[in-house]
Amino acid sequence: MYTMGLDIGSTASKGVIIENGVRIRATAIVSFGTGTTGPSKVVNELFGQLNISREDIDKIVVTGYGRMKYADSHKQISELSCHTKGVTFLVPNAKTIIDIGGQDAKALKVNEKGKLVNFVMNDKCAAGTGRFLDVMAKTLEVNVSDLGDLDAKSTKEVSISSTCTVFAESEVISHLANDTAIEDIIAGIHASVAKRVSSLAKRVGIQESVVMVGGVALNKGVVRAMENAIGFKIIVPELAQLTGALGAALYAFDESQK
Amino acid sequence: MGSKSGSKELIGNLLAEQYQKAFEAKAKGEPIGWSTSVFPQELPESFGLRICYPENQAAGIAAKKESLKLCNIAEDKGYSIDLCSYARTNFGFIENGGCESLNMPRPDFLLCCNNICNQVVKWYENISKELNIPLIMIDTTFNNEYEVSQARIDYIKGQFEEAIKQLEIISGKKFDPKKFEAVMKISSKNGKLWKYSMSLPSAKPSPMNGFDLFNYMAVIVCARGKKETTNAFEILIKELEERIKNEETTFRGEEKYRIMMEGIPCWPYIGYKMKTLAKYGVNMTGSVYPDAWALEYEVNDLDGMAKAYSSMFNNVNLDRMSEYRIDSLKLGKCDGAFYHMNRSCKLMSLIQYEMQRKVYEATGLPYAGFDGDQADPRCFTEAQFETRIQGLVEVMEEKKELSRKVMYKT
Repeated sequence: MYTMGLDIGSTASKGVIIENGVRIRATAIVSFGTGTTGPSKVVNELFGQLNISREDIDKIVVTGYGRMKYADSHKQISELSCHTKGVTFLVPNAKTIIDIGGQDAKALKVNEKGKLVNFVMNDKCAAGTGRFLDVMAKTLEVNVSDLGDLDAKSTKEVSISSTCTVFAESEVISHLANDTAIEDIIAGIHASVAKRVSSLAKRVGIQESVVMVGGVALNKGVVRAMENAIGFKIIVPELAQLTGALGAALYAFDESQK
Repeated sequence: MGSKSGSKELIGNLLAEQYQKAFEAKAKGEPIGWSTSVFPQELPESFGLRICYPENQAAGIAAKKESLKLCNIAEDKGYSIDLCSYARTNFGFIENGGCESLNMPRPDFLLCCNNICNQVVKWYENISKELNIPLIMIDTTFNNEYEVSQARIDYIKGQFEEAIKQLEIISGKKFDPKKFEAVMKISSKNGKLWKYSMSLPSAKPSPMNGFDLFNYMAVIVCARGKKETTNAFEILIKELEERIKNEETTFRGEEKYRIMMEGIPCWPYIGYKMKTLAKYGVNMTGSVYPDAWALEYEVNDLDGMAKAYSSMFNNVNLDRMSEYRIDSLKLGKCDGAFYHMNRSCKLMSLIQYEMQRKVYEATGLPYAGFDGDQADPRCFTEAQFETRIQGLVEVMEEKKELSRKVMYKT
């Protein structure tokens, strides 16, 4: 029996189909979020991978920013619970989860049974989130997916002090005008994200194992900066960008068992 | 007046009447005062002076979605966007010479007590300068110690005496201790009725939608020293007790979760917030507001009155602030706490991280926070709010599920 989880975010749509609640059978990521063709593209891709159709899916759970807008679902569950479920499926001893999404960042505290017991999310603005990195990459004329590798070549991290995306962009432009190496600017940007998000993790109380997920977790530079900021080793699962959708698929399986 | 809408209607009318009577008094040439919400109103009331409450008015304007327009007018004039949005709404109201949604007459004197907030001092000083009118200030000084010391009580009491002299000049009347005593009696009684009535929603299921509290609160703010208020709250108590007996409620849908809401609502989004909370079966049964106007003192005990006004939940140290929240969570039989990071209310909001931690340590109840503002709609995002309340609901549900399993096993 198949169940499907969709994580419809602000900047990307992700989907996972699992079989009998234990086996991941199909995964898909499309770089368009809620309000776009992203969700339907993800679903079509998932169905295509397994050569199945909607009738073959028993239950669907949707999470993420666009969860309320997607009509064909049996349940909507917050990304907080879905990430917890997805991460603890992949890393059963996870106790602290850091998720940086397109427009929010969160730190989750998980108990020994793999249940979410507390969470802290970014407040006031979306500084330190995926969108912040998108803007910076564009300003630096590099691909966001290359930020991690470029960060590794940095020899002298520069300081990016403003938390406001627009002002931070101005800082980056000033550094560029002063011929600062792009790699050092990128390392500074990553440190700035890590400083902001690590305070959420510290507030929720860090316990090992610490797991980082969300699209930003694929950026090794941010993970390195985050490890420096919190003083703990961070595990990044292979399916880091898909844990929300995986959790949703697992919840969908729970629904099918009711 | 025993019908379900009895007290709500009565209280609504009573509030409208306060604004109406203020206009009538102004037309007759009587001096009108503007006051902060927890000023010792016993003083002006005993002189028979009509008082309006800008915080109450700003909340009403914000709920009717006119606050942004007035905030913009204030900002155009040069007031910082970081000022409290109630203050900006009020400055915009003055600049604009009124507004469409809720008017009140211009003041002839001002009454300011900083037991609720320190920004009110500059807010009221500013109106005093702008309109060239007298300001009566009661400075309660922040209680960094747990108890209100005698030195602080004496300092506040001295200010009561000075305020009486100022009010004699403003009203042109001599202070009458008998009238003062009578107002103290009514105010004290109304405060007790307010606290008792707002303790009744702790019943399971709660007899009312928690947000109704804010409708009733408007009257205890604006008419605490009036006899009519006694009548209104007595009717409200009867209604609530009747509903508890019949297990009826004004909450829409099933009450699945009970929470304490910290902070002033985001008035421009009040409908959305109520709808969203109802969607998840969340009712507000815990609040610190029942304590705010339940000022307990004996009649003619000025020491007690000074202490009561100084002990407002915003004017006490962190330990005591946390205790107010812990008590309200317990009284409301709450499953969790939801904190409004109110960008207007720096003192109440910026202390929240540590307060949340202390309250969590003491109760073990889950909590979440959301960003917003009491009157500036630019500081609130619906999707962010919903994710946070849904997350809190899911954590509360896990906890309930666990206790159900434990109960089943035993």
